[in-house]
Amino acid sequence: MSKKETDHEATRKLVGIARAWYDQMVTGLVPSISLPTRTKQNIAYDDESEVWKYGDKESIRSAGSAKSALHLLKMSFVIWFLKKQIAENRSSTLRELYYISEGWKKAKFQAQDESNFLIEDLEILTDMQREAFHLRPEEDGATIFGPLKLREATRRGSRDIHCQDDVGEAGYQIPTNVENIEFLSHDARFVIAIETGGMYARLIENGFDSQHSAILVHLKGQPARSTRRILNRINDQFGLPVVVFTDGDPWSYRIYASVAYGAIKSAHISELLATPKAQFVGVQPSDIRDYNLPSDKLTEKDVAALRSELTDPRFCSPYWKEQIELQLALNLKSEQQAFAARGLDFVTREYLPARLSAMGII
Amino acid sequence: MSLADELAKQQRSISVAEFFERNKHLLGFDSPTRGVITTVKEAVDNALDACEEAGVLPDIYIGIRRQTADSFRIIVEDNGPGIVPRQIPFVFGKLLYGSRFHQIRQSRGQQGIGISAAVLYAQLTTGVPTLIISRTGADTRARRLEILIDIESNEPRIVSDEEMEWDRTHGTRIQIEFKSSLASKKRLIEYLKYSSVVNPHARIRLELDDETQLFDRVSDEVIACPKPIKPHPHGTEIGQLRRMLSHNSSPLQEFLTGSFSRVGKKTAEEVCRKASLDCTKDSASLSPDEQKRLIEALQATKIPPPPVAVCLSPIGEELITRGIEKEFELDFIRARTRPGSVYSGQPFLVEAAIGYGGKLPPEGNATILRFANRVPLMYQQGACAITQSIAGINWKTYGISQSGLPTGPLLVLVHVASTSVPFTSESKDAIASIPEIEKEIVLALQELGRDLKLYLSRRDRNRLQEDRARAVCAILPDLAEKVAEIVEETPPDISPIEGRIMRKLVARKRTRKGSVSLEISNYTQNRVDVALYDLSGDEASDAVPAPDFTTRMEDEFTKVWKISIDPTHSWVARYSGQGGGAIELRGMDPRDVVVVDLDE
Repeated sequence: MSKKETDHEATRKLVGIARAWYDQMVTGLVPSISLPTRTKQNIAYDDESEVWKYGDKESIRSAGSAKSALHLLKMSFVIWFLKKQIAENRSSTLRELYYISEGWKKAKFQAQDESNFLIEDLEILTDMQREAFHLRPEEDGATIFGPLKLREATRRGSRDIHCQDDVGEAGYQIPTNVENIEFLSHDARFVIAIETGGMYARLIENGFDSQHSAILVHLKGQPARSTRRILNRINDQFGLPVVVFTDGDPWSYRIYASVAYGAIKSAHISELLATPKAQFVGVQPSDIRDYNLPSDKLTEKDVAALRSELTDPRFCSPYWKEQIELQLALNLKSEQQAFAARGLDFVTREYLPARLSAMGII
Repeated sequence: MSLADELAKQQRSISVAEFFERNKHLLGFDSPTRGVITTVKEAVDNALDACEEAGVLPDIYIGIRRQTADSFRIIVEDNGPGIVPRQIPFVFGKLLYGSRFHQIRQSRGQQGIGISAAVLYAQLTTGVPTLIISRTGADTRARRLEILIDIESNEPRIVSDEEMEWDRTHGTRIQIEFKSSLASKKRLIEYLKYSSVVNPHARIRLELDDETQLFDRVSDEVIACPKPIKPHPHGTEIGQLRRMLSHNSSPLQEFLTGSFSRVGKKTAEEVCRKASLDCTKDSASLSPDEQKRLIEALQATKIPPPPVAVCLSPIGEELITRGIEKEFELDFIRARTRPGSVYSGQPFLVEAAIGYGGKLPPEGNATILRFANRVPLMYQQGACAITQSIAGINWKTYGISQSGLPTGPLLVLVHVASTSVPFTSESKDAIASIPEIEKEIVLALQELGRDLKLYLSRRDRNRLQEDRARAVCAILPDLAEKVAEIVEETPPDISPIEGRIMRKLVARKRTRKGSVSLEISNYTQNRVDVALYDLSGDEASDAVPAPDFTTRMEDEFTKVWKISIDPTHSWVARYSGQGGGAIELRGMDPRDVVVVDLDE
């Protein structure tokens, strides 16, 4: 879809929401909208797309209550603003939108979370991504390093970039709007997504990318939408396997889950963001035991998070059940960089090759 | 001469009138201002009592006119049975002369002291004799008397006595002049207003200088006059027993069954046995010691309580409610009549009512209305058992704030009816603290408190709903405006939506392509009955449903439908025409109706 087409479609769909309210009001009905309930209880696995999406539970927001009426009023102000922004070919960040609402009196947002949430509502209602509304996230995307050639449409024209030859030590910076990137070619066997900057730098320094023809993607903790989108696209376009390498604690498993299955907050666009075939490398609780890694005791919060994961539909597999129960039994957690205890090269020479060949990647 | 002889010279009997002259406060004449109220009160009480006895609906006129700077003429006139001429001087001109003192039944006046005290007070302050006009029926002429009281002998002195023509067929009029002021005018009106609350069958008209005020009746039911009963053994004291015995010469058993209520043959035998007295002994021949044994036996024997229903006349829950309703505009009124009970052998019953909201002052102590035998108690509120009982209740349980007395827009009415109301003094301002009575007052008010709590919580819920609805209606116009801006249209009329949210009746008229539709939606919580008036140039002869009637005024047709709509339901009528004109709904508070004209 061309930019012009996208703009037209976004405007049409946004105005459509307002039009529905207008028609409701003209016929004497209380304006309302229906949205899926956005909780853990209402995400379901979609067999066809192999991702987790929102289920059938819907909640109706009707202007019959003061809270919902205010929500609708805020939404109408945002739609009005976005319509104008698209028409004037301008863009803004989510943070800027929050500040712009300062002048909206009753419709002013109380917190950034509120405006972010409302934008997600609009994505669900229009079945479009916020980028189509000319909205940018605040966070910058993560970085890529590896044998991949792409073309980015920048403000100063399109640029062809090779993610090993044309970039510095830190790699290629993923832009916020991944739709402006076109993948040209690659010379890779798989993609490895890494949670921490330290491990990402270790793999670059040790030449893991060229040794194993790997594309390294730095997740920077819980990955931004653009990072997840780029993994989804590489996997989709080139059919390359994606593996995820994180710390060995419950929070890191959630990073993997959001890459592989999508996040609860963005389940409406799971198809675009999730990479269902992504596999988990480690650090596995069994690695902590088998490699006798330096470790810390689990905190109360860690234990609660692990228990909550046992009831999370995304972790409902024999593999995860076994690993999580093992970790609860060990009562230990380890970081990725704990492998350094065995020497700086251990992770690239021993652990990853062994683990990846066991997984059938190399 | 001894000191005792000296003193003996000064020792002599004191007439009641003399005593009263010195102790005016005991009878409620402690100040000139209070004198007016006491006089009116005594006269009105007598009038109401008289009407009750005669079984007529009381029609009472009260006139108060300033004569000189500090003297007033007070006239009270009733439509009672009148007083036979020979009794008139004694009723008005002799203290402690009356018909009800020796009877055991509920009545307003008891001792026969009130009105004659007013006559005496008038005489003491202005010297003007009191004028009485009374007529006992259509076949006799009215009698007009001027009376003074001989203070030393407490006997009436007739100044003039003549027959006259009077337009009333029966009734009594008293005209008294005394020095006073109208500083407590507010309290006087309050007194009449309160009287009217507990005597909803009376019509009381007040003319105060040039002002008139009517306290109309809301009930045409003549109240049943309570019948006297015989004394109950448990309330009888030795002195009274002696007097009864001395007036009676008959076998003891016969004396007991004939002189007391609730004493039958068996009970009389039991009493005699307990007192070790022969049932057949002549009652008049008992020795003081035997009399003492008899009273002790009477107290010790179990005897059923006196017949409350006969000797008391409660106002009743419905009439109390109506009485309050007519004098106070309130949001909530609930009344309770407790079953009769007994203290010291005297039957009594308690009635109470609670009112809330309306025009009551929102802050400060609750309005307390105290009554004894249908007479408002106006003074010494703090010393009264009613007030103390009210203050003793934990009102916070019922959602009412409290600092000693309950506070807020609250009205508390308590009526104590008894054959002998235990007053703290002869001025009959306050009820004495009797545990049995206090317990009944508390029980009645607690029952009412629970009803009030229910009402308040329901009201709060409704208010919350309304607040929410208001909040929505504050946002909707902005939403409508913004949405219209986005879709680039004129802002929609949101009044029907507001009607729906505010739970009103919404009427819409729409004309499209020569077809007119009238729709009424009931968003209220109740079924509504309204008349829809549709004024336009259309005759609507094909209307479905057809109007109940149509009138024509030149080229204008008025179509009228009479409609009943259940809550959440709608009603529609259609006819062909050009529309225009106007629609109107009648039969409902306009504040609960939204009319929308959707004609282009």
